[in-house]
Amino acid sequence: MPAFVNQLPIGLSIGAVLLLIALGLTFTFGQMGVINMAHGSFIMAGAYTAYLIGDLLLALPAAFLVAGLMGLVLERAAIRHLYARPLDTLLLAWGVSLVLQQLARDLFGAPNVQVPAPAWLAGGIGILPYNRLFIMALAVAGVVAVWAYLTRTGLGRRTQAVVQNRRLAATSGIDTGRVDMLTFFIGSGLAGVAGVAVTLIGPVGPALGEVYIVDAFLVVVAGGLGQLRGAVLAAVGLGLLNSYAEFWSDASLAKVIVFAVIIAFLQIRPQGMFVLRSRVLT
Amino acid sequence: MLELRDVTVEFDGFRALDGVDLTVPEGELRFLIGPNGAGKTTLIDVITGLTRPAAGSVRFGGHDLVGRKEHQIVRLGVGRTFQTSVVFEELTVIENLDLAAGFRSPLWSLARRRKGVSEAVAEALARTGLEELAERSAGVLSHGQRQWLEIGMLLAQRPRLLLLDEPVAGMSKDERARTGELLTEIARDHTVVVVEHDMEFLRRHASTVTVLHEGKVLVEGSVEQVGADPRVQEVYLGRRKAEDVVGNRP
Amino acid sequence: MNRPRGMPVLRSRVLTSIRRHVPFAAVAVVALVAAPLLLEPFRLGLLAKYLCYAIVALGIGLAWGKGGMLTLGQGVFFGLGGYSMAMYLKLTEAEGGLPDFMGWSGVEELPALWAPFANPVFALGMAVLGPVLLAVVLGTLVFRQRVRGAYFAILTQALAAAMVILLVGQQGLTGGTNGMTNFFELFGQDLADDSTQRGLYLVVASVLGLLYLGTRQLVESRYGRLLVAVRDGEDRVRFLGYDPALVKTVTFALSAGMAGLAGALFVPVVGIISPALLGIVPSLELVVAVAVGGRHALAGAVLGAVVMGYAKTAFSEQFADGWLYLQGALFILVMTLAPKGIAGLVGRLRNARAA
Repeated sequence: MPAFVNQLPIGLSIGAVLLLIALGLTFTFGQMGVINMAHGSFIMAGAYTAYLIGDLLLALPAAFLVAGLMGLVLERAAIRHLYARPLDTLLLAWGVSLVLQQLARDLFGAPNVQVPAPAWLAGGIGILPYNRLFIMALAVAGVVAVWAYLTRTGLGRRTQAVVQNRRLAATSGIDTGRVDMLTFFIGSGLAGVAGVAVTLIGPVGPALGEVYIVDAFLVVVAGGLGQLRGAVLAAVGLGLLNSYAEFWSDASLAKVIVFAVIIAFLQIRPQGMFVLRSRVLT
Repeated sequence: MLELRDVTVEFDGFRALDGVDLTVPEGELRFLIGPNGAGKTTLIDVITGLTRPAAGSVRFGGHDLVGRKEHQIVRLGVGRTFQTSVVFEELTVIENLDLAAGFRSPLWSLARRRKGVSEAVAEALARTGLEELAERSAGVLSHGQRQWLEIGMLLAQRPRLLLLDEPVAGMSKDERARTGELLTEIARDHTVVVVEHDMEFLRRHASTVTVLHEGKVLVEGSVEQVGADPRVQEVYLGRRKAEDVVGNRP
Repeated sequence: MNRPRGMPVLRSRVLTSIRRHVPFAAVAVVALVAAPLLLEPFRLGLLAKYLCYAIVALGIGLAWGKGGMLTLGQGVFFGLGGYSMAMYLKLTEAEGGLPDFMGWSGVEELPALWAPFANPVFALGMAVLGPVLLAVVLGTLVFRQRVRGAYFAILTQALAAAMVILLVGQQGLTGGTNGMTNFFELFGQDLADDSTQRGLYLVVASVLGLLYLGTRQLVESRYGRLLVAVRDGEDRVRFLGYDPALVKTVTFALSAGMAGLAGALFVPVVGIISPALLGIVPSLELVVAVAVGGRHALAGAVLGAVVMGYAKTAFSEQFADGWLYLQGALFILVMTLAPKGIAGLVGRLRNARAA
């Protein structure tokens, strides 16, 4: 029984990391139909930023900025030329991530590095270690910030307009190019923050992003397109499912179980938990 | 042959169709008109299985259509076109028609190359007047030619009921006249339902008209009867005079 | 438009038929006759490996290029084929005993899953049927629910990730991270022998040739037209009375079967199968190869696999780490500048010359 309970904070913190990653993915995906395979590299960039800076609280804004700028450059330089071809974008972004991974290997070396956790995160309340609690708090803060941005600011409302109907938004005077840039910046920045969070629960290596990115994509699939509440539910669900599947079976079967659950879920809700309704025949 | 009873469709609380009854007997050419948002396209969506009604029944030739998949409904003999025509641009005109005509053959029998032109395809080519363009890729067709190709694809399937969604929208005057001829000819041996905005076209080719308004059937009757109905005039008032709706153009 | 009648039609048909088959025949002669004579055994072995990848690429060309299904998990099917073959090879060598790696992981009795693979017919059959079955189940579940495009791509990738973790974790069954290697003989032939390897090369090249002809036939048939139509307008096809889910599932299963067969051939040719050969990255690399060669032409897919395989070997020999930069950069360039790949460039050149 205690082992069962101990699994809870692990699952929740994995869910929190996935959520931070998926927040960015779900909006670039929902808004532009872009599957950003390079998103994993932004996680890695965030983690190495934390490694270089060494101070957790300073690293958070720095990682946001670093990863955000990387996303911005990627969007401006390459992805925006391919908006009509989502599957091509996916492959292009993967090419970028290959380069970035190798770059990290050359800059920081192939072996993993460890980012020491600050002393004030040692210990915990009961079964809740402080470091995992911190990650969850970070995810909550991320969701609140994104929610506030989308509903409380003009730019955010414009972003939502673009998500719902790009052409209409463009004709009603919204500069969709600017909105795209900003969405990419924020989404990638959140991946950077997720990267910092990940340093609290494990070592940092060039392939760090790959560990999480596949699950983060599954969050997008299960959560539905461009949906905040879908992303939150799916991320937490997937985090818990992951950790409990590992707990009940063994680590090697866990991913297979998760995959089967996702496929089964799609039989009930093929378009994810929440759907933007549209009468257009695609 | 086609019978809708009390069909209701809701989109997020909005009633797109509200208790619609519609009967189209075999061999009829029926026009469906109404202001924007009246539910014309939704009605066609319901018949073809794209939209599931919240209530009501749709029967066609003795079959209940509600709950059937789109392709199964097509196999019962119901064909439709869309407002924005979709033809397969990478295929030639004749390949498009052949694809449409082959829908009843089992999948494995398609693994052979097309040899010659089947009767159904040849007939569809002749009727739509696309023989000259048969070997051209559909991507080079003009807007009007695409619409004809789509109608041709329907014909090649030899359906019992054709549903045409705004077949002359965006067409030039000549193209409209040509489509009108095609329509009259098709109506001779098919049951056809046409959604149309173009009033001149309606006046010239319609026999029976059903007017939809806010998801309900407002009036049904001949062109003259509908044109004279004060309710129809009211629905269209403020936008244009009822004369323009179904009467003579000034 | 007046169409020519009578003799001219016949002559032009014969001409086009010759024009269609000449390039293939030329390549076949080079591959089956010239290559085994001219290449030293080591290089011939490498070429056989590329041709195995080309078989997978052919399947990707069919599923993605013609059918629009971007599958990022072909490595899974390749792996199922490879592991089936590897199990057979290990069991023949063990001669009733346990395969070597099982002893190292403390397995004492042959697992029930392994037993039937001692039969070569079963092993080869499973190498193809296993992937086909998995693709049919997955395809039916996914396509029926109209999960497509990027969503489908993500799911196939997740499958590849899950497969690798499963193979690594089940060490006693699969050999874990190291996979299986040290194969000595196939059907009584010494695998280290040059003539065996040459024979294997000929088998691989012939299989690829036959599959290419078959796939081309399929693509040019009415089924191929239907597949392109499903790619360009799935919903419209539905309103023509076809079930797109069925068309897609069948096509996906065909591509999976090809990948499985390629895996089975790969194992005796290269002498190893391991999770590293079939995870996310190798699966993506094959898609990259298809994109570089040209996804819209089957020949492009095959060519891409051979070119990329060769390039990878050549560059890794020169500067190990540079390959990833080059591959990434090449990919970015192809996607932005020549999305139709080498085949697209060749086509454009030909058109320019004709004009």
